[in-house]
Amino acid sequence: MLEIKGLTAGVEGKQILNGIDLVVPSGEVHAIMGPNGSGKSTLSYVLSGRDGYEVTGGSASFDGHDLLEMPPEARAAAGLFLAFQYPVELPGVNNANFLRAALNAQRRARGEEELDSVAFLKLARAATKKLSMANDLLRRNVNVGFSGGEKKRNEVLQMAILRPKLAILDETDSGLDIDALRIVSEGVNAQRGPDFSALVITHYQRLLDYIVPDKVHVLARGRIVRTGGPELARELEETGYASVLAEVA
Amino acid sequence: MSPSSTQEREALQSVTQSGYKWGFETDIEMEFAPQGLSEEIIRLISAKKGDPDWLLAWRLEAFAAWRKMEEPHWGLLHYPPIDYQALRYYAAPKRKPGPKSLDEVDPKLLETYAKLGIPLKEQAVLAGVAAETEAPAQIAVDAVFDSVSVATTFRQRLADAGVIFCSISEAIREHPDLVRRYLGSVVPAGDNYFAALNAAVFTDGSFVFVPRGVRCPMELSTYFRINARNTGQFERTLIVAEPGAQVSYLEGCTAPQRDENQLHAAVVELIAEEDASIKYSTVQNWYPGDAEGKGGVYNFVTKRGDCRGARAKISWTQVETGSAITWKYPSCLLRGEGSVGEFYSVAVTTNHQQADTGTKMIHIGANTTSTIVSKGISAGFSNNTYRGQVKVMPRAHNAHNHTQCDSLLIGDKCGAHTVPYIESRNATARLEHEATTSKIADDQLFYCRQRGLTEEDAVNLIVNGFCKEVLKELPMEFAVEAQKLLAVSLEGSVG
Ligand SMILES: Nc1ncnc2c1ncn2[C@@H]1O[C@H](COP(=O)(O)OP(=O)(O)O)[C@@H](O)[C@H]1O
Ligand SMILES: [Mg+2]
Repeated sequence: MLEIKGLTAGVEGKQILNGIDLVVPSGEVHAIMGPNGSGKSTLSYVLSGRDGYEVTGGSASFDGHDLLEMPPEARAAAGLFLAFQYPVELPGVNNANFLRAALNAQRRARGEEELDSVAFLKLARAATKKLSMANDLLRRNVNVGFSGGEKKRNEVLQMAILRPKLAILDETDSGLDIDALRIVSEGVNAQRGPDFSALVITHYQRLLDYIVPDKVHVLARGRIVRTGGPELARELEETGYASVLAEVA
Repeated sequence: MSPSSTQEREALQSVTQSGYKWGFETDIEMEFAPQGLSEEIIRLISAKKGDPDWLLAWRLEAFAAWRKMEEPHWGLLHYPPIDYQALRYYAAPKRKPGPKSLDEVDPKLLETYAKLGIPLKEQAVLAGVAAETEAPAQIAVDAVFDSVSVATTFRQRLADAGVIFCSISEAIREHPDLVRRYLGSVVPAGDNYFAALNAAVFTDGSFVFVPRGVRCPMELSTYFRINARNTGQFERTLIVAEPGAQVSYLEGCTAPQRDENQLHAAVVELIAEEDASIKYSTVQNWYPGDAEGKGGVYNFVTKRGDCRGARAKISWTQVETGSAITWKYPSCLLRGEGSVGEFYSVAVTTNHQQADTGTKMIHIGANTTSTIVSKGISAGFSNNTYRGQVKVMPRAHNAHNHTQCDSLLIGDKCGAHTVPYIESRNATARLEHEATTSKIADDQLFYCRQRGLTEEDAVNLIVNGFCKEVLKELPMEFAVEAQKLLAVSLEGSVG
C-alpha cells in the first residue's frame, strides 16, 4: 500500500507539490489526471527519489518502508517502478544487458538468487512475445534510435520483466497509436492482481477504457483537488479541467 | 600471499585503502647499476646484457643524440622537471637473467605474477598434451620484471609453429641477424627524446617473429612490472610479421604504489610485410598516483607500426587507465598499397592524472585506409587530451581516414581536449572527422538507479557503453579484464 500524507516538495527552491494526500491500497489502480504543469511528473520523481527534488514536508510510505529515506535503487528493490514520461537513452548499453543488470541488482538487494543469462533471456523473450514486441528490441541499445512509441513500449517491457509491486506510469500513453495503446494497456493489465498497484498518469480518458482504474484523482497546482470513480475521467473528457479548477479556486 | 616483510604489509594496507590493487612491492634481492646516466653506465648495461659490438655502438650513438635533444613539452602535460641523473637505469632480480625453464625462476617472482593474476605456469601443458589441445584460449606470456625478462611460457609450442617469442635480450643472443635487421628500422635511435633515451639504455622487452604465411597459434602477451625504487623502466619490443603472417599480441603492466614518480619510456616497433597483420593490444595500468596526485608513473612511450607491404594491416588497441602522466601516440606508417591502420583507444583519467594520447596515421601508399576511434573519459581533476595526426602524402591516391573522437566527462573539475592535425597533399583523399563531448547526464544515472542499479554500477554501465566500440576490439579474454579495470579506476569518481 502506498500512503502519501501532506507531501510538499519543490525543485530549485520553487514549491511544486503543495500537500498531497493519497492512499493506493494494494491491488488497486489509480489514475491521476490534471493540466500540464500541475506537478504530476514531479510527484512521480519525488516518489522515486530523483536528485534535486526536495521534500519539504509530509511523508510517503510504501508497504511499511519510509520511501523518502531510501536511495532510488532501494525504492526500486522494494518494488517501485517508474515508467518515464521521457525515457532516457543509454548509448552502447544493450537493452537485455541493462535489464538483466537491473533485475539482478534488485534481486541481490532483496537477498534473492541472481538469474544467469540463459534464464534471463528466456524470461525476457517470453515477456517480449507477450507484449507483441520485436525480439530485436532486446538487442538494441537502451532507447537509442527508438521511436516515441518504441520507447514507451520498452518501458512497459521493463515493467513486465522487473515485476514491480507499485508502478507509476507517467503519460505512457502519450504519442501512442491505438494499437500500441492496447498493447501497453494489456501489459499493465497482465500485472494486475492483489500484490500489484499502479498510479497511471494520463491526459486521456481513452487509456482508462483499457486500464479501468479503481479511482481517478485530479491534480492541480500541486494538490489533489478531486477524487472519484472512472466516471470522473469521462466527465473531465467532456468538460475539461476548467470546471474542476473553478470549483477549487 | 606471504607477508614476508613489514614493508610489504604496509604496501598492501595502503593499497586496500586507495583502490590501486596492484601496488604491492616484492621483497627480492636486486642488482642495480649506480645512479645516473653516462657513457660509462651505458657501457656497463651493455656489458651486463652481453651486447654485441654493433648494439653498443647503436646505444652510444643514441646517447649522443639524446644529449643534444630537449625534452618535448608540446603535450598538454604539467609535471616537475625529471632529474635523469637521479635515476637508476638497470635493476634486475639477482640470479642469472634468462632462466632456461620455469623451474629456475625465483618462486618469489612467480608469486608476484600469480598475485597479479598472470599465470606463468604452463598449466595446460603440465596437465598433459590432451588438455593442452582442448584448452580454448591459451596465452603465451613473457614477463618482464624491472629491467629483465624473467620467464616466457609456451615457447616450444610456438617454436613448432616457427614463431619466435622471447625476451629481446635472448633474441639479441640467439637471433642477432634478425634483430639487427629490424631494430630501429621503424623508430630510429634518434627519433625523439624519449625514444633516444630508450635506445641508449633499454634493458629488455619482447621479441616476436612470425615467419612467412604463419598464423601464430595463440595470443602472445607480455607483462611488465616495475618494482625497484628510483629505477626507470625502458623496455623495447620488436614484432615482425613476414608476408602473410598473422599475430595478436597484448601487453599489460603494473607498478607498486610509491610516493615518488617512476619513469617509464618504452619503444615498440611493429613491422608488417605484404598481407601480414599485427594486432597489438595494451592494457596500461601503471600506478596512477594517489588521490592528491602524489606519486605515479610517468609514461613516455613511442609506438610505431610500419605497414611495409601491400595489404598489410596494423591495429592498435589500447585501454589506458594508469600512470600519472601518459604521453603516447601509437602510429602507423601506411606504405604498402592498400595497407590498413587502425587505432582504438580508451583513456581514463581520474584524480590528478594527465593523459595526452592519440595516434598518427601517415598515408604513403595508394588506397591506404585508416580508422581512429578514441574514447576519452575524464573524472576528478584530471586532464585528458586526444592528439591525433592524419597525413596524406602526394602519392597516396584514394587514401581514406575516418576519425571518431568522443569525450565523456564525469564531474565538472576535469578537462577533455581534442587536438586533431590533418594534412592532405593528395586531392583524392577522403578524410572524415567526428568529435563529441558529453557528460554522464543526471537523467541517465537516475534512470539506471530507478531500475535498481547503484550509482557506481550505473556509471560503469554507461562508461562501458561509451567504450564499447573499442572494448570489442580487444581479445575476448582481455575485454572482461578491461571492463573490470575501468570499473576499479572509476570507483568513487561520482557523488
Ligand atoms: N527541474 C525543474 N526546474 C524548475 N521548474 C521545474 C522543474 N521541473 C518541473 N518544474 C516546474 O514544476 C511544475 C510542475 O511540473 P511537472 O511536474 O512536470 O508537471 P506535469 O507533469 O503535471 O505536467 C511546472 O511549472 C514546471 O515548470
Ligand atoms: Mg509530466
